[in-house]
This record gives sequence, C-alpha cells and structure tokens, in this order.
Amino acid sequence: MLTTEREQMVSDINGWIEENGPDRSSLIPVLQEVQKKYGRITSFSMQKIADLLGIHPVEVYGVVSFYSFLNNKPHGRFVIRLCQTISCEMAGKARVARQLENDLGIEFGQTTSDGMFTLEWTSCMGMCDKGPAMMVNDQVFTKVTAEKVHNIIEGCKQSFSAFSFSS
Amino acid sequence: MDTAQMNSIVFSTASPDAGLKSVIEKNPADIIKLIGDSGLRGRGGAGFPTSMKWRFASEAKNDEKNIVCNADEGEPGTFKDRLVLSEYADIVFEGMTIAALAVGAQKGILYLRGEYTFLVASLESVLADRREKNLLGKNILGRDGFDFDIEIRMGVGAYICGEETALIESLEGQRGEPRNRPPFPVDTGFLGQPTVVNNVETLAYVSCIAAKGPEWFKGFGTEKSTGLKLFSVSGDCEKPGVYEFPMGVTIAELLKAVEGEGAKAVQVGGASGQCVPAEEFGRRVCYEDIATGGSIIVFGQERDMLCVVKNFLEFFVEESCGQCTPCREGNAKLLEGIELLEKGKCSMTYLKELCSLGETMQLASKCGLGQSSPNVFLSVAKHFQCELMGRIN
Repeated sequence: MLTTEREQMVSDINGWIEENGPDRSSLIPVLQEVQKKYGRITSFSMQKIADLLGIHPVEVYGVVSFYSFLNNKPHGRFVIRLCQTISCEMAGKARVARQLENDLGIEFGQTTSDGMFTLEWTSCMGMCDKGPAMMVNDQVFTKVTAEKVHNIIEGCKQSFSAFSFSS
Repeated sequence: MDTAQMNSIVFSTASPDAGLKSVIEKNPADIIKLIGDSGLRGRGGAGFPTSMKWRFASEAKNDEKNIVCNADEGEPGTFKDRLVLSEYADIVFEGMTIAALAVGAQKGILYLRGEYTFLVASLESVLADRREKNLLGKNILGRDGFDFDIEIRMGVGAYICGEETALIESLEGQRGEPRNRPPFPVDTGFLGQPTVVNNVETLAYVSCIAAKGPEWFKGFGTEKSTGLKLFSVSGDCEKPGVYEFPMGVTIAELLKAVEGEGAKAVQVGGASGQCVPAEEFGRRVCYEDIATGGSIIVFGQERDMLCVVKNFLEFFVEESCGQCTPCREGNAKLLEGIELLEKGKCSMTYLKELCSLGETMQLASKCGLGQSSPNVFLSVAKHFQCELMGRIN
C-alpha cells in the first residue's frame, strides 16, 4: 500500500497517543516520539496531537517552543550538541567548536545543506569530569578533542549509509 | 560501567534490598520517624528535611499519591546522579519504594534528564528485574495491599525542570514554568495529587538508612547536617570525579582529595552556588555554612574570573523560563554589565548598581533559579574586584 508521509504520521501519532493515554500528561512523551522519528514537529503534527488530546494547537506550540530538545524547524539526521558550560569550557570546548564548524562547513545553529548535520550548543550535560563533552542525537562523546571531531562525523556518515543500504 | 573517578561510596557496600525488607512490616508513621531520626535532608541542594516532606504527603487526604525521583540533574558541574543511576540504580528504586510505603503512594516516576537517555536501557532492565522479584508490582514482598510501580519519563532539555514544581508542570504536559507555592507538591502535586519529589541521592541514602539505622547515618556529619554527601568535582584538579564525604567537610579537605590544592577559587553549588576564594578554603560544606547540591568546580590560578561569571550568566539567560521579570530581565542586564566590564568600560558606580540589581533579583524572583542566579556575580564582584575593573584589551 502506498502511503504518504502525512498518513504515516497520523497513524504514528494515533498509536503513540493510544500507548500513552489520551490526556494532557501524554503530550511530552508523544512529542518526543514525533521528534525522534521525524526530526521535527511540524504544524500539521501539532494540530493533529492537539485534536486528539482536546487542547488548542497553540498549547502544543507553547510546549514545543519552550523545550530545547523539541523543534519545529527542520533538523539534520544527526544533531550535534556541544556543551558550552563552564567545566567543558575550561577543558577546551572552544577548539572543538571551531573544528566542528570547519569540518561541517556550518556555524552553530545551522544545518548542513544535505540535511545530515545540525550543530547546536547545549547547557551542562553532566559530563563535567570528562569534558569537553558533546552529544550526537542520544549518544554521548566525552574528552573530545579538535582532531577527534573528524572521526566522529565520519562515524555518523558511515552508520547512516549502512542503515540506508540495509533498509 | 561508568568510568568516573570516585572514592569508596557507601552505596557500593549496600546489600540488595536490605532496607526495604527491614521496613516492609512497619507502619508508615514508624518509617517516617526512622528517616526523621536520621536527620536526612534533601540532597538536591535545598536541604528540606526528607521526613517532613513524607509526613505532609502521608497526612494528605487522597487515594492517589505519587513518588517522583528527580533525576533532572542539570546544575552545572553536577554529575553524581549519573554515576548513582548507572551503578546503583537498584537502591534508588528501593528508596522510592520505601517512600511509597511511607506515604501510601501507588505511582512512581523517575524524571530523567534527556541528556541521560543512554541510561534508559539499563534502568528499564533493573525495573523489569525488580518486578520479577516482586519488589515492584502488587502486594510487594507479600505485604497485602502494597502496590507500587515506577515508570521513567524523559526530560526535554530544560534546566528549570529540576525545580520541583516546574518538573511537575512538565510531567503534566505543560511548559516547565515553576508554580507559586503554596500549595506545595506534597498536597497538590502531579495531577493535583499529593506528590513527593526527592533527589536521586536522597532516595539512595534512604535505602542505606533503612538498612543500617538512623544512628549509623548520624554518626557522620555535623549536628544540623547529618550523614554523608556526594560531591561532583570538576575543573582544575588532577582527579575530577564523584566523591563521598561526611557533611561538614572543608573545601581544603576536598581539594586535597582531588589534588587541586593550588586553586584560586572554588565554585560550590554550581552556577547557582557561590564562588569561594582561596582565603576561605577553611569553610565547611554543610547547612550551617555553605549548603550545596554537591557541585564543586575548581578554578586554577590562571583562570580569568570574569570569563567564569560570563559563562554562568550566559547559562542563566539561556535557561531562565522567562516567566517573572526579575529573572528574565535581570540576568540579561547582568550579562550586559559583564560585557561592559570585559571592554573595560564599566564605572564603579554602575558595578554597584548591578550588585544592587542582583540583590533585588534574589528577593523578587519567583523561584530558586532567579533567586540564586546573581550569587556568582555578587561573590566575584566582592572577592575578585581587582580582576574586573579597568581592563585593557
């Protein structure tokens, strides 16, 4: 059966709401699922979730815009978040940041044109004893150095192509 | 296995579920008294007596009550809960179960920060194992009518959600904006039900106290700050990591253990804590002197304290929920002041005005974030004024 991405999304959202229960306290877990699978939370999905939970879509937008791990703008397949807080700063995050920009060809807050990588800052991620630290999606990298950045990025690309070929 | 550096921590010697088994027959009031006798206070930083929270929730009239474990560890420089949850998750869940028995709760929620998603698989398997052993579920350990289970909910990257009412808002599917108190969560918490919110470390110590007795715990620490405390140490020292010390340990003793003796200053309590200069390293970390959730950041001699304050204030500008004016506008104003100082263009009169703005924020902000965010600015302005004024770039 041929389904459009929208139809797929509606059926996913229905499933997640059924799983978590049709009340407001399910909102964030459902948004997290949408974020994880689709990389962003579109106006369409916000409207759909609002309808199913019986709340105004602006309520959903208010939540999406509040939390830094939820986005309504397109994000790359790999979201790289470098810790900008004090212990990682003292451990040398500035050079890692510079090299991430060099190797990805984008600045912080941007996404590569092929849609693969988004580069962002994040606040303290609890890896202060092993800084500089960064996350690539849910995976945590510690004691990152400027010269290790290249291999981390290559690792992402390889895992993506392995995934694409196998599926 | 988390490879953090650590000294010997009491959790590593806890025998599995000895605490829960020893209180399973007791009535709630006796369990609350046991924790009260130990003098345990909240280890997240605020230091509210744990037994009082439990008593209020236990006395609240409602058929449905909740135990929330606050694992939204977001204070800069804090990572002890990461270690506790990766190595000793069992005793945290055990502590939640003891709390449930004491207050009559059926539902437990571990609110885990999104950055610790890598811990979820192992935590879920610990929970499954506990269900299998009847340490969670129906009629736990054969106690009739004692039903309790725990689910994991993920945070979404908001520091403010470590504040307990913001955390509850987030659980309810709202923006993480702190509530006015009262009412307190112990009577009107998650979904309006009585809810106890305890820190990961607090709950782990609950299990140890239940197993070893209140006298054992009181054997450590000072009169008003009993027991042991975990410290997350980072920054300019040879051995960063998680360390356990009795409450009342001096900063100098801490620095010795982590080999950071030559430090110029130490930030105690993370971004919301205070900056302690070398001449005050004899001060003690406890409720009588410097209270903290356990974040210790060491600054070596070569660190520029203005950069330190700037980093912290950038953090607060980013993480303020924006709900109340003193915090939303005040932090931005302080950061502007720092940029002036950086350029060497701040008059002493203006610095004093900024300090007085900081004091206003401490008084007028709605929650702990804005009440404590000016601390670091004020302490650096006091102790390191020589580094701030008349800078030439």
